[in-house]
Amino acid sequence: MSELLIKATDLCLEFGDRRVLDRVSIQMHRGEIVTLIGPNGAGKTSLVRIALGLQHPSSGELWRRTALKIGYMPQKLHIEPSLPLSVRRFLQLAQQDPTDIEESLQLTGISHLLNSPMARLSGGETQRVLLARALLRAPDLLVLDEPVQGVDVAGQAKLYQLITDIRNHKGCGVLMVSHDLHLVMAATDTVVCLNQHVCCHGHPESVSEDPAYLELFGQAAHSGVAVYTHHHDHDHDIHGEMEHRGSCENQQHA
Amino acid sequence: MAGPLGCFAVWRRMAYFGDTLAHSALTGVALGLILAVNINLAVTVFCLLLALLLVLLQHNRSIATDTLLGILSHSMLALGLVTVSVFGDGRIDLYGYLFGDLLAATTDDLVTIAITAGIVLPLLIWLWRPLLSITVHEELALVEGIRVAWVRTTLMLMMALLIAVAMKVVGVLLITALLIIPAAASRRLVQTPEQMAILASLIAMGAIVGGLAISFFWDTPAGPSAVLCTSVCFCLSMLKKPAI
Repeated sequence: MSELLIKATDLCLEFGDRRVLDRVSIQMHRGEIVTLIGPNGAGKTSLVRIALGLQHPSSGELWRRTALKIGYMPQKLHIEPSLPLSVRRFLQLAQQDPTDIEESLQLTGISHLLNSPMARLSGGETQRVLLARALLRAPDLLVLDEPVQGVDVAGQAKLYQLITDIRNHKGCGVLMVSHDLHLVMAATDTVVCLNQHVCCHGHPESVSEDPAYLELFGQAAHSGVAVYTHHHDHDHDIHGEMEHRGSCENQQHA
Repeated sequence: MAGPLGCFAVWRRMAYFGDTLAHSALTGVALGLILAVNINLAVTVFCLLLALLLVLLQHNRSIATDTLLGILSHSMLALGLVTVSVFGDGRIDLYGYLFGDLLAATTDDLVTIAITAGIVLPLLIWLWRPLLSITVHEELALVEGIRVAWVRTTLMLMMALLIAVAMKVVGVLLITALLIIPAAASRRLVQTPEQMAILASLIAMGAIVGGLAISFFWDTPAGPSAVLCTSVCFCLSMLKKPAI
């Protein structure tokens, strides 16, 4: 594999007595697409924040290649309507050069939005502008936190295709957080299934057949149905989590 | 000076922050009296210290920021009122501090204002891009290598300086108006952040001149008259459709 960009070893993160991440290890190489999946509250965003340097882990080690340039696409962007900001000015905050801005907009397919106000963009347009801004940094590593949020299904497929194209074109690593397994799968090299700890990881096909993955997502769907025994469900959830952690370890030994 | 800072106050929703600092300035006045030091100096130092304290408190999010500011703001105002009346012995024109005493500005005051402007304006121009960056998205700015905490603290300190100085002009109760309203009034007339900052400054200056004129002809208090001028500007601006 090519150059190593990030290596995290045994990361733990605790907020008070709540353990958000439990001995998570993960590696990123140049040109590799890694997708983090897992249920809500699994610590996906926390892991990304640690990789970005926005959050210090409670314990564990994070190694980043020296002078690693990261292009970050946050989950949400809220711009006060009182701030008059065009797409051009927004992008200039990252990079002044007009030809770079033009190229980045062309790559993300939104050249026509150059002079639009940020406040009037649709969800999909905002995501592309954020992606364009991340690209302007000429990053070694792109970090995308739920890049398809607020984008319709057809748009999602296009956006994923775009991210794949960017990887092929620029050769950067891509670390992506996603709720959706199937749409990401096509392009992803490694899927990491996270639920506080790393449940399982590997190539897309192997993960979607992994019992730990099936149990995790199957369970989530089940508790969604049984609404009327919510409290009981919650107990069951914690219990269940410990159970499938066991099965995960068994799986690794096998 | 109030123009561009006012814009950030609007963009970053810091109106309450301005209020808190302004109200606390009165406690600064009282402290100056008690310690028998120059009152302008006392107010300035007190505002700067309080701004730093607020920066620290905002890191600790056990209470919602607006609740915290609401508590501090009005406690400080009450404390200021009480101490000034106890220690002031009538030497202090409380009305002047609350509502401003534009016409009583001395040469010293003018020099203070000039020095403050000399510090704040170049800082603002120098930090303009990072300031915009952290206003748009703090974490994105942090990832892009901007020293967010430093830039944010500087903004707060500049705000504190401005408020300490402007208290003389429009009074404790109306400073925030002079920050917020010109910025809000210029919003619909502009297309870039820079235009908004400049127009807000012009509106604020125009309003001060207007306030003085009204005060001269009709013998009204100058500070509130100036604030009313900005309000009229804001109402007029609402007539125009937004450009962006």
